[in-house]
Amino acid sequence: MPKREQLQDDYLESRLIRRRLVLSAIFIVILLSLVLGRLYVLQIVEHEHFSTLSDSNRVRIKALPPTRGLIFDRHGVVMADNLPAYRLEIVREQVEDLDSTLQQLRQYVEYSDQDLKRFKQSLKRRRPFESIPLRLNLKDEEVARLAVNLHRFEGVEINARLTRNYPQGSHAVHALGYVGRIDERDLGEVDGVEYAGTTHIGKLGLEKFYEHELHGTVGVQHVEVNANGRTLRVLNESPPVQGNNLHLTIDSSLQKVAEEAFGNSSGAVVAIDPNNGEILALVSMPIFNPNLFVNGISFIKYNELRDSHQRPLFNRALSGQYPPGSTTKPFYGLAGLESAFAKKEEEIHCVGYYKLPNEERRYRDWKKQGHGPVNLTDAITQSCDVYFYDLAFRLGIDLMSSFLGEFGYGIETGVDSTGERKGILPSREWKRGHDGMPWFPGETLITGIGQGYLLVTPLQLANSIAAFSVRGTRYQPHLVKSVEKVPEYNRIEIASRVAGRYELKREHNWEHVHKAMINVVHGLRGTARGINQGLQYKVAGKTGTAQVFEVAQDEEYDEETVLEKLRDHALFVSYAPADDPQIAVAVIVENGGSGSAVAAPIARRIMDAYLLE
Amino acid sequence: MNQALDSDTTSITRRVLDALRLDPVLLSLVIVLALFGSMVLYSASGSDQAVVIRQLTRIIFALLLLVAAANIPLRMIRKISIWLYLAGVAMLIAVMFYGEVGKGAQRWLNLGFIRFQPSEILKLAVPMIVATYIANRVLPVGLKELVVSSVLVAVPVLLIARQPDLGTAILVGSAGFFVLFLAGVRWRVMISLGVLLSLMAPLLWKFALHDYQRKRIATLLDPESDPLGSGYHIIQSKIAIGSGGVYGKGWLNGTQSQLDFIPERSTDFIFSVFGEEFGFFGSIVLILIYVAIIFRGLYIAANSTENFGRLLAGAFSLTFFVYLFVNTGMVAGMLPVVGVPLPLISYGGTSMVTLMIGFGLIMSIRSAKRFMV
Repeated sequence: MPKREQLQDDYLESRLIRRRLVLSAIFIVILLSLVLGRLYVLQIVEHEHFSTLSDSNRVRIKALPPTRGLIFDRHGVVMADNLPAYRLEIVREQVEDLDSTLQQLRQYVEYSDQDLKRFKQSLKRRRPFESIPLRLNLKDEEVARLAVNLHRFEGVEINARLTRNYPQGSHAVHALGYVGRIDERDLGEVDGVEYAGTTHIGKLGLEKFYEHELHGTVGVQHVEVNANGRTLRVLNESPPVQGNNLHLTIDSSLQKVAEEAFGNSSGAVVAIDPNNGEILALVSMPIFNPNLFVNGISFIKYNELRDSHQRPLFNRALSGQYPPGSTTKPFYGLAGLESAFAKKEEEIHCVGYYKLPNEERRYRDWKKQGHGPVNLTDAITQSCDVYFYDLAFRLGIDLMSSFLGEFGYGIETGVDSTGERKGILPSREWKRGHDGMPWFPGETLITGIGQGYLLVTPLQLANSIAAFSVRGTRYQPHLVKSVEKVPEYNRIEIASRVAGRYELKREHNWEHVHKAMINVVHGLRGTARGINQGLQYKVAGKTGTAQVFEVAQDEEYDEETVLEKLRDHALFVSYAPADDPQIAVAVIVENGGSGSAVAAPIARRIMDAYLLE
Repeated sequence: MNQALDSDTTSITRRVLDALRLDPVLLSLVIVLALFGSMVLYSASGSDQAVVIRQLTRIIFALLLLVAAANIPLRMIRKISIWLYLAGVAMLIAVMFYGEVGKGAQRWLNLGFIRFQPSEILKLAVPMIVATYIANRVLPVGLKELVVSSVLVAVPVLLIARQPDLGTAILVGSAGFFVLFLAGVRWRVMISLGVLLSLMAPLLWKFALHDYQRKRIATLLDPESDPLGSGYHIIQSKIAIGSGGVYGKGWLNGTQSQLDFIPERSTDFIFSVFGEEFGFFGSIVLILIYVAIIFRGLYIAANSTENFGRLLAGAFSLTFFVYLFVNTGMVAGMLPVVGVPLPLISYGGTSMVTLMIGFGLIMSIRSAKRFMV
């Protein structure tokens, strides 16, 4: 455009700018007229209306807390609901002398320093006309005593509010988690408006993980109040919307069978449907009553639970990390076949110990006199350690580590709960990062029988065997089957997600190990043959024993003399029916001794309950 | 007209003002407004003298800067604009990494002896650099000039918006835009830009806005949807203004204001206090004072002898209008809540200083004309 090259013409340009300036002035007049028009509407037209509102600001806004969503098991059994409970509440702006009121209330009702501290904290963040709870869960006689004297206390109220309740008490506590009162830490994380009337929040487990589903939507009430702040009438209200209901994959009766099967032992059970990753039972023993936590547990009770040597508060199923012991052997066996480091019929002579070339140290078999000549099937059936020392030596740690990784070792399963740990899947890099040391051949050997650095959670254990049972497809295990959206009450199914898939090189490699695992239960020399009496279906399994402490080179491990605390953990992993797996179970009994005697019977009871009833 | 006035006035004040190159009309309007504002602030702060004294100190300090700015020759303004701009952008980047956080946003830079918001500098620097760039070119501006200027404006605006400080971003962005508008960007270009922006609006809504900003816009459309949270501001503000009526409840007598119902009542929401205590009548007077200031600025722009002065004085005056419009619009519940103060009245030093320097520069533009003729 040659025209643009021409010299500036100040006259034309100044005319242009002036035109635009005038235009701006017109815009300004128009826009400011709009503002004035708006002010005219507010100050003249609607003056009466706003004047009324302002007069004494009579209209108060009250937050109505939503009712928490319910939790059901897979068959509709109620696992968590809400019950009315009486609360002593105080409206700050209606109380003239707060300290003396609090003092006088002590005559009628007890409250702890903890209650008082919490009350004072809420006082700071709530508006002065909101009612703040001082004591929750009043007993009937306390309600009666207070009600008679309530007229003497301006601004003190007794209100019935729905409170979380776990109708089955301690049952399934580690699967559910629990709610507790909102504390300073929670405050940073929640939306102040949504939680304006809410006093409780999910603290652990499902209750925490699905807080956003369970909580619901806050309601609002506009009320007219008199000069003293007493509510005269409700002007209008938008009611709160109840939180969404959860339908679990957990089978409450199965869970109960598992809990009862444990007796007084500590440990964990996880049962999974291997075809979709649904967790059928998730048990950590011992259990405790979550209702204690809902309204603030007393220090004494809490300390008791915390300091109990059985550690009931510890969720072993997700956070407990154990050496998997011999339950790893089917995986190594499969790894051996797939990589051709092991041949199906090749035999190893087991003399009760194994020695690395050029090393004096003896790696002992659990059976002192040895198993004699064993092939892979025998080695799995009888759980021969020497065979797997040798196999591990040939496989090498890199291959072992990556193969276990295919089945979910060393990574979180991504379960929909809180507190999950990922165990340890040792490898050369891991060890360098861990203590800066190189990997030693001897460590490969003990990893070969599931000891050493290797650690898994019971959930990982169950999920790995579930993946094995369906020939390598590993699902992301989950506890919630569907979310029931309120108020439409339509259920949204939680889809099963495949977390990983191991592609078998040869199907018959898998068949071979699978048959050996059936042999563990049904074979004449199987380590878990003790549970096969009267079995109406086929079970594939593997026992395991996890050493808690190391026995010196030439000492004997004697179950009788070892303190219970230091006794080995008993493990059992299994799936059934073997040819069409419907359930995969992992059991760990802490300090239970051997897997065959203690852990396997628990698994059998669970599988019986699931498959037969 | 001014020369005519000059010749037959001999008063001392006049001579002093001339020597200091100040515009008596603009100066007196600004001072009246600032003093009037301090009075409102006294009421809004709950009769806190300390607050008012601090504000008066700021006004005096800012007026001194105004005088200084009025004495910078135009040539110099053009020269420093690039450096001011670069320094401002550099500090915005520094804020991103070293800035101090206040009220959830990272806006402040602490240089040890002084703590300030670099974004304020850009309110001056952006229109200055765009005006400098465009003033020497043939008007109306062509495509190349438009693109370069848009980049000059967009860089600081985006940096400020992500602090996040939507209010200041709007002010800086509109200051830059006004220079272009005055420089005669063609209507069809502006319309297509407008269409483009509104097409992009859903994307901006999704990606560029923070949660709280989305909430504020949603709240504007239906304040009753969230009466406990962000709607509370607007509801209480409307009650305050509406209950003021024709003549207001009287100075220091606003119940909404005095009883703490209005949040941020000495800063962004000070107009609600004003509306409650001085009523519709007071509001008209106040807005007329503002209009007088803006029109005086536009008048000076129109009478400037060179494009740079026309563009810069015009852009400053129009930005001042944006302050007023956004703030009153927000307080009256017409616009979403963004942090834009009521100019020269809201409590706080930073915007006061930049506004006054801006007026100083307008005065410098005014006197440039006479010294050149």
